Amino acid sequence: MSIDMSQFHQVFFEECFEGLEAMESGLLSLDIGDIDSEVINTIFRAAHSIKGGSGTFGFTVVAEYTHIMETLLDEMRDGRRQVTKPAVDVLLGSVDCLREMLTSIQNEEDVNMESAAQHQAALEIELNGKAGGGEHAAAPVVHAAPFVVPVEEPEEEEEVDEEQGWKISFCPYLSLLKTGNDPVRLFRELSALGKLTSNVNIQDVPPFAELDPEECNISWELTLVSDATEAAVREIFSWVEEDCALELAPLAKPKKVKKPKPAPSPAPVVEAAPAVVAETAPVVAPKKAAPTESDPSKNAPKASSSIRVDTDKIDTLINMVGEVVITQSMLGLIGENFTMDKVGQLKRGLAQLERHTRDLQQSVMNIRMLPISFVFSRFPRLVHDISTQLHKKITLKLVGENTEVDKAVVELINDPLVHLIRNSLDHGIEMPADRVAAGKPEMGTIELKAYHRGGHIVIEIVDDGRGMDKAKLLAKAIEKGLVEESTIMTDKQILELIFMPGFSTAEKLTDISGRGVGMDVVRRNIQSLGGNIDIISELGKGSTIAIHLPLTLAILDGQSVAVGDETYIVPLVSIIESINITEKMLNKVAGKGETFKLRNEYLPIIRMREIFNVKSGNATKSNEGVIVVVEGQGALCGFLVDELLGQQQVVIKSLEANYRRVEGVSGATILGDGSVALILDVPGLVRLSVR
Amino acid sequence: MTTDVHNKQIEQFLTFELASEVYGVEILKVQEIRGWEAVRVIPNAPSFIKGVLNLRGSVIPIVDLRERFSLEHCEYTHKTVVIVLCVKHHRTETFVMGIVADAVSDVLDIKLSEIKKAPNFGSQLDTRYMRGMHVYKKNMIMLLDVDKLLNPDELDGMDELADSISPDTEDFL
Repeated sequence: MSIDMSQFHQVFFEECFEGLEAMESGLLSLDIGDIDSEVINTIFRAAHSIKGGSGTFGFTVVAEYTHIMETLLDEMRDGRRQVTKPAVDVLLGSVDCLREMLTSIQNEEDVNMESAAQHQAALEIELNGKAGGGEHAAAPVVHAAPFVVPVEEPEEEEEVDEEQGWKISFCPYLSLLKTGNDPVRLFRELSALGKLTSNVNIQDVPPFAELDPEECNISWELTLVSDATEAAVREIFSWVEEDCALELAPLAKPKKVKKPKPAPSPAPVVEAAPAVVAETAPVVAPKKAAPTESDPSKNAPKASSSIRVDTDKIDTLINMVGEVVITQSMLGLIGENFTMDKVGQLKRGLAQLERHTRDLQQSVMNIRMLPISFVFSRFPRLVHDISTQLHKKITLKLVGENTEVDKAVVELINDPLVHLIRNSLDHGIEMPADRVAAGKPEMGTIELKAYHRGGHIVIEIVDDGRGMDKAKLLAKAIEKGLVEESTIMTDKQILELIFMPGFSTAEKLTDISGRGVGMDVVRRNIQSLGGNIDIISELGKGSTIAIHLPLTLAILDGQSVAVGDETYIVPLVSIIESINITEKMLNKVAGKGETFKLRNEYLPIIRMREIFNVKSGNATKSNEGVIVVVEGQGALCGFLVDELLGQQQVVIKSLEANYRRVEGVSGATILGDGSVALILDVPGLVRLSVR
Repeated sequence: MTTDVHNKQIEQFLTFELASEVYGVEILKVQEIRGWEAVRVIPNAPSFIKGVLNLRGSVIPIVDLRERFSLEHCEYTHKTVVIVLCVKHHRTETFVMGIVADAVSDVLDIKLSEIKKAPNFGSQLDTRYMRGMHVYKKNMIMLLDVDKLLNPDELDGMDELADSISPDTEDFL
């Protein structure tokens, strides 16, 4: 009986991605020149288990690729090879490439062989170390798609047991390309049949000056290790039969076979007309920028998402369930022969059930909580890559990585954070020279902090860069017609201009930021999570961006309040206190804005009845009701409601699912009697009342 | 009626009454029909959005078509029904919404060829939300295009539109 391997795939992929992360963080922490052998060991082990796993599951592409990485790492581990910056960069590139390959396999898509081949070529150059000093610098830049002419490379030879296959000599006539046939396509089809090794013959290529890009001056010697029939191979060439000289010969049990090099030579030719090969290897081929980043949409894994949960958490959960079952059977017993004298017992039982249900709910929610390090862990790499690209010196400090947040928050906060960090890297931190001139340390610092405060998680991005120039921001906003010239704005309002759609102060667009999603999108994303975002910035000293997010998106503790016939839920975390009003406490400012005095502070009053236009019920007199003192957007204010009803946990239902966002309302919930109640969005209401 | 369905495609419509007019919606859009029950008012929503309702755990908005079409308001009675509809938006998203009608009347098989295009009323009447008209037993049935009528993007500031479809439509016919 065969075992269905696919059931283990999910686990395998998770392990691989974990391994890749370990490799990545290991590589980033490698200090060139002072090598910690333990770090290399860790990287090596990760690579090794990926190789082993992918071999087991039959993902040979991955296994082969990892093998080369492993060889390189092995040499480093044994001290036979120096750990150089280019080598580390190539390895980092390979980690990306592997991740891409695994993602495509996971999504059951075709692996992008071209990019894999490029990375593999770069790796092999690094491994063989013979690409020549000058090229050395170019080769590791994996994205630049170095064109590697295999002839010049020492081939690694490998023992191969008896293998079937074909030796194909493919000499296209000059006119091949004119008929619209692309050799690369043929090779791709061939490689689908088995292992394809290609060897290009460039002897006939004329000097560059005389070269006609529409003529095919190259020919190939191909070795196909496969059990395909001659007919199958010939069929691939059937379209070009008339445009080439084709010879097929069976492989005679080769003792030694060239180490497979799936595509390096053909790949770069893809977009090119025949690759024009000058005397040295690198190429004149239309630069097709290799995708530096995989398409984000591609990364969305098709497979059902899963999370890893501490066994401790599960044990607690099982305990809870046990308790609930016991309570339930106890209640059942009481109900069987119920007499009125058992009421006390019943009440106790119900109270116990309530406690257990609450605990159970909490532990279930706990399972959804993940440490924020799931998001943070990818930033060291981002900072490393971008700071290199920008020639800036930047260290990233992570604080509070173990702060736990809801899984949904973890998933959704990533993109806004990437954007904010890129902004800090690009616009915040200055060039080293400028920093020194400004009397700051050459090395810029970006701090990424996460901590809990109240019922919120706060994520802060602090940089010690140049800060934001308020005058410039204001001038820009006026220029763009976003604000009137005469408007008087507070510093905070000026800073918040950057969240306006269509606002960008960057003098020039760069690859890193200033394009794509703007800060307005960032803010919208965060607000849709029920959070808000604040900026503090001081010119010359740096900026701090703080994101406040609710801990969980599914359940909250609420206080239900009555306004007329309506019931609203105020999130308990934002309530400071509730007080009965007396006429003495109320004051009117300029006859309009109402305030009340709470101890020594005057707070504005928001009349819920007015702001929500509630008509039902008896309109309470202006001096009756309850004031719920809430904190929203850092400011205190009082909501005037008719009555406090009770506290309860409510399950948040989205209003947007079937309707749309309602101002001042963050969602809806269903009360015990089946009716709907709206949950108030406290910061939103404060904003609404200011208008 | 012939049974020849090959070239005479038939679609089923649920018809309902609204201020003694008959309207129809594609039956495939209808999820369920329920009696009127109290809803939770949404603050500051347009007047034709009566509020939201708990439909087995999801919160759905209820649109009063009388107010939407500027017909005179009437008290909700035991005959008042809420027709729960599945609205497609941008081809991919689906919204569930309820419309309040005076009463449901019938399910009709209507041949597509017998649906007349709504005549052009010029600026007086916006026919964007009408799929067409059908005459059944000498009665005019207005067939509504639910996806356009209840498009969430257009639920704001549609009041001006409410004037466009009015009971005196017949005067134009």
